[in-house]
Amino acid sequence: MSAPVQHGLSEHSHGAGVPLQIRSDRPRSTSVADFPAITQQQDLWRYLNVDQLKGLDSEVLAEYSEQVSFSGPDGVSFEWILSSAAPVGSIGLPEDRVSAAGYTNASKTLLVKIADELVSAEQITISVKGDSATASALHIFVEAGKFSSTTLVLEHSGLGVLAENVEISVADEAKLNFVSLQNWESGSAHVSAQFAKLGRNAFLKHTVASFGGDLVRVTPIATFSGPGAEVELNGVYFAEAGQHLENRPFVDHAAPNCKSRVTYKGALQGDKAHTVWIGDVLIRAIAEGTDTYELNRNLLLTDGTRADSVPNLEIETGEIEGAGHASASGRFDDEHLFYLQARGITPDEARRLVVLGFLVEVIQKTGIAELIESLTALLEEKLNRG
Amino acid sequence: MSILQVKNLHVSVDTDQGAKEILRGVDLTIRSGEIHAVMGPNGSGKSTLAYSIAGHPKYNVTDGEILLDGENVLEMSVDERARAGLFLAMQYPVEIPGVSVSNFLRTAKTAITGEAPALRTWIKDVREAMDNLRIDAAFSERNVNEGFSGGEKKRHEILQLELLKPRFAILDETDSGLDVDALKIVSEGVSRAHAASDLGVLLITHYTRILRYIKPDFVHVFVAGKVAEEGGPELADRLEAEGYDRYVKA
Ligand SMILES: Nc1ncnc2c1ncn2[C@@H]1O[C@H](COP(=O)(O)OP(=O)(O)OP(=O)(O)O)[C@@H](O)[C@H]1O
Ligand SMILES: [Mg+2]
Repeated sequence: MSAPVQHGLSEHSHGAGVPLQIRSDRPRSTSVADFPAITQQQDLWRYLNVDQLKGLDSEVLAEYSEQVSFSGPDGVSFEWILSSAAPVGSIGLPEDRVSAAGYTNASKTLLVKIADELVSAEQITISVKGDSATASALHIFVEAGKFSSTTLVLEHSGLGVLAENVEISVADEAKLNFVSLQNWESGSAHVSAQFAKLGRNAFLKHTVASFGGDLVRVTPIATFSGPGAEVELNGVYFAEAGQHLENRPFVDHAAPNCKSRVTYKGALQGDKAHTVWIGDVLIRAIAEGTDTYELNRNLLLTDGTRADSVPNLEIETGEIEGAGHASASGRFDDEHLFYLQARGITPDEARRLVVLGFLVEVIQKTGIAELIESLTALLEEKLNRG
Repeated sequence: MSILQVKNLHVSVDTDQGAKEILRGVDLTIRSGEIHAVMGPNGSGKSTLAYSIAGHPKYNVTDGEILLDGENVLEMSVDERARAGLFLAMQYPVEIPGVSVSNFLRTAKTAITGEAPALRTWIKDVREAMDNLRIDAAFSERNVNEGFSGGEKKRHEILQLELLKPRFAILDETDSGLDVDALKIVSEGVSRAHAASDLGVLLITHYTRILRYIKPDFVHVFVAGKVAEEGGPELADRLEAEGYDRYVKA
């Protein structure tokens, strides 16, 4: 984990056999009682205090349904089904207490089916708009059919306290560009487990964009179930005073010849702005020919911020293409400001230049013009507040 | 015709032991088109002079004046000074995370001239300037100074000099750490800028090597925070032969 380091980048490449954390052995259950009450002593919860969860760790939660709206092109269907029915639970089961609370308390699941061979540039949108601070549960299941190629934006806004599970099935040869946008009002808390399973030659681009909310914690978990697939887990976040934004991406290389790229970038501004990034990659014995790289970079814009960043690589085979990671948290300091100012650039413009240059790159990877525009504007607004 | 005047400049820095005076009454006048070399031993305050003119917040001016065509430079912020036509090529340029060279150059040019440059001609100008300085086109997409070698950083400073076209340039040991080829390339860049816009140059250096490529009109010997002697180009040769002992002992 890194204390704020002065603009430096540490990069490492690993050959085989660097055991770090046994991510694969984590218990899974849909029952809240199977997980102990949350304390900061538990590794999974060490970076936040229980109060910040605003009741999401309770056994009983309310349930979202009217708060969710959706739209998409022909060939995409939306249906609320019983969570006891198939295919719910087939992609991932809860690995922590809040995820389990979200799972058991969501009696219904929004099933989004993308037809086989549907290739569409029209965006699929699922909009979750919270309307109270009542701790609630939501379950979404996305099924991207074989040979389909689509874009889906799951956006969260309003006031919400939400335990969410999202399952994403990317069938053989399918391509899915998935964005989870967290733009909550202050007072909100959101803990989301997003499980993805990729079939043979499938491609998933998964982007987490977290900006608003007192607490936002997203755990994207991508598992390869067939060879030749590729996943990009991208993330971008901007934490202001008092916000806690946490990301715990995990790539499970459980099939050979798959590729993963994990790229998360964040900026922090204001007192007690806190971000956490725990990046886990597991390369199982069967996963020969794996190619993986994960990177996290944080930009500390003011004093009083804190960025924790921990890359973990667990490698069980020597026959890999490549595996590496980089993590760095740097300060935007007086010397940077001086250099830019000495070229005529005003201090405000200098900060804007640095932060936008740093973060927008990740947003651009989504290729969604409207989103790039609105998030750039949102970032500019935040910078003007700083 | 512009004129940059430094008059009786006193500058101190804050240290744990209190304020420490580094510049002790510097007097210097540079006119458009003139090339002034400043030479002096390590720690004599050359960089302090450069930074003080550029307005680095670490340096406190306790007495004296800096005037650009009669305007009080000390009242200007760092970016205002740059827009007024002052340029500092830094001894140790910092790395700027997240900002590509191309974005940086365009933003700086826009700030200096007050309007965005016409895209087509700008791209051509940048490419030409980079070619002249033997900077690979790939540098455009790299972050400013990030992972640049010492020599690359210096060439990148001169690239900015050529593109931003200031009235006065202060070059703080731009020649240090360069091999002969790079020194020639960098010197040519400075000479081009000088010829193109009647640039006034304050060239800080330890060695006469660069003065073979950039002929100074005046040489100032800088010792213990002030100018100890002034002369023409011949003074530089004497310094190289004799060193600074004469001044330090005096
Ligand atoms: N923050 C500081 N605290 C204490 N002393 C300082 C500080 N900054 C600069 N100095 C001192 O001021 C003096 C002048 O430094 P300066 O960098 O201007 O010298 P210079 O002539 O450029 O040297 P060089 O040839 O090595 O580049 C040095 O003795 C240096 O140690
Ligand atoms: Mg110096």
